Amino acid sequence: MIRLQNIEKVYRTDTIETLALNSVSLDIAKGEFLSIMGPSGCGKSTLLNIMGLLDAPSKGEIRIDDQKTGGMNDKQLAQFRNKKLGFIFQSYHLINDLQVLDNVELPLLYRDTTAKQRRELAAEALEKVGLANRLKHFPTQLSGGQRQRVAIARAIVGRPEIILADEPTGNLDSAMGNEIMEILLSLNRNDGTTIVMVTHDENMAHKTHRLVRLFDGAQVQ
Amino acid sequence: MLKNYFKIAIAVLKRRKFFTFISLFGISFTLTILMVLTAFINKVIGDNYPDKKRDRSLYINRIQESGDNNMMSSTLSYYFLSHYTGMMKTPAKVAISSMFKGTNTYVNNKKIAVNFKYTNAEYWDVLDYDFTEGKPFNKQQVTNADRVAIISEDMKRQYFGDVTTVVGKYIEADNVDYRVIGVVKNVPVTNYMLYSDIYLPYTVSKEDYKSKGYLGAYMAILLGNSPGDIPKMQAEYESIISRVPVERKEFKHVYSHANTFFRSYVDTGNEKQSGVFIVVTAISIFVFIFTLLPTLNLVNINITRIMERSSEIGVRKAFGASSKTLVYQFLVENLILTMLGGVIGTVLSIFALYAINNANLIDNLELSINFTVLFIGLLVCLVFGLLSGVYPAWRMSKLNVVTALKA
Repeated sequence: MIRLQNIEKVYRTDTIETLALNSVSLDIAKGEFLSIMGPSGCGKSTLLNIMGLLDAPSKGEIRIDDQKTGGMNDKQLAQFRNKKLGFIFQSYHLINDLQVLDNVELPLLYRDTTAKQRRELAAEALEKVGLANRLKHFPTQLSGGQRQRVAIARAIVGRPEIILADEPTGNLDSAMGNEIMEILLSLNRNDGTTIVMVTHDENMAHKTHRLVRLFDGAQVQ
Repeated sequence: MLKNYFKIAIAVLKRRKFFTFISLFGISFTLTILMVLTAFINKVIGDNYPDKKRDRSLYINRIQESGDNNMMSSTLSYYFLSHYTGMMKTPAKVAISSMFKGTNTYVNNKKIAVNFKYTNAEYWDVLDYDFTEGKPFNKQQVTNADRVAIISEDMKRQYFGDVTTVVGKYIEADNVDYRVIGVVKNVPVTNYMLYSDIYLPYTVSKEDYKSKGYLGAYMAILLGNSPGDIPKMQAEYESIISRVPVERKEFKHVYSHANTFFRSYVDTGNEKQSGVFIVVTAISIFVFIFTLLPTLNLVNINITRIMERSSEIGVRKAFGASSKTLVYQFLVENLILTMLGGVIGTVLSIFALYAINNANLIDNLELSINFTVLFIGLLVCLVFGLLSGVYPAWRMSKLNVVTALKA
């Protein structure tokens, strides 16, 4: 489903050159739930961003669903992300000025859908994460766990084949973290969604199919 | 999608109330100033009371005599105007009148400032003053130097109080009593060539209207039979002026022109400096600065506003918004803001014009909203919205997703 070949990422300033990823190659199968672990600054999030086409590698090739993504322009990348990928962030990144339902609808705004379809799909996604009774709330009126569930609903509303989660339980206590993990596991199990998750939590990582460890930008496991 | 943009635009406006206030104030205040300015210009240039035949009239209100090192410029003498326009064949009629002059008069020991001007009899044929009572003086009365007067409605109220008719009563101006024979509707003082409180026959003037000097206190309006006569009258007057001898040895040239209303209104009386150029330049600079400042202010505020929303930008990009879509979103939001400013500006303009009219800052000046200008003003708001939104939106759309999400 996702194939990374010899991915290298170098950050350059006027004086310093930092190698964030060093020749990382990875194959992720369709329906796989993969977790990435490693110490802070080892390049986990950079790798996830590159997988999610949010950042470009300095070297190497990314294929998603057998499509080369290297030569895509801004518009093509945007469309590709919209159809194939869903994102979950550690700090949720919900738009506080919009109600929960409007937040979840967001990916559908960039597709050819009617307002009615958007409403229905968003309500359905929220029901799936157990927030059917919070449609008209604003994010600031919700707990951390509820916000992350809204973020998951937003990630799945467009029915993407891949979900990329960057420390989705990082800001939550263990009970809430477990709830979120259960939702992700059920998405993977029941819908066959491919999930790549960056985490610091060994317990969470061991619940997934495979664990990849990074150290100083290189894959060590 | 537009509904979503609208929701977020309103939410953003509510979120930063001070920024919103500054933005809306900038737009609405600018619109108000432009509306008041155009209402004023429109009244001054566009209002054709009492010279309703402007399309076939030419105005002569300056004469300039110049030598190598000296120059004199003034309104003209009665003699000059009557003598030289008298030679012209094209004009159907020629109105000659002095510029208004101020004096004081007293009613019940109360001082009233009065402006009066002298006219010939044809003045009342060339111009279409609305008489609320009485009638104008005729040629015979002018020839006889009858002490008759036509007064404005405002003068009637000030001098005689709240009475129905004043024809036949006497009014004192410049220490002379005149019999009122007519009352006309007010002319605003901004129409300085035709404004006065009291209109008198030129023959009752204490000054020597027969003097053969070129310079004096008078102006003339040439009335053609049709608008087609305008170029003919202009050419005829220019030709006559080119043959007018200089008054004194130190002068080499005599200049005087028969101009259309606007040109004569802004005439500086100096051949080397076009009044039209000066006025148009001054208004253009004023309007440019007045529209540029709020635009720059808006650009600045928009950059801050948009950059505050970098997390939202990152999320939208991650979930499929292209840079172009984001530019479109922020432009729509900006247009909503500027149109809101436009609506507030319109309401403020109505209040401002109402206040100016009520304060009676300028005699007889009644300003009103010009709906064409209002429409243009709202259009300008729309352009403001686009201009002030384009640059910030473009900058924001170039933001890297990862950087935006980290901010």
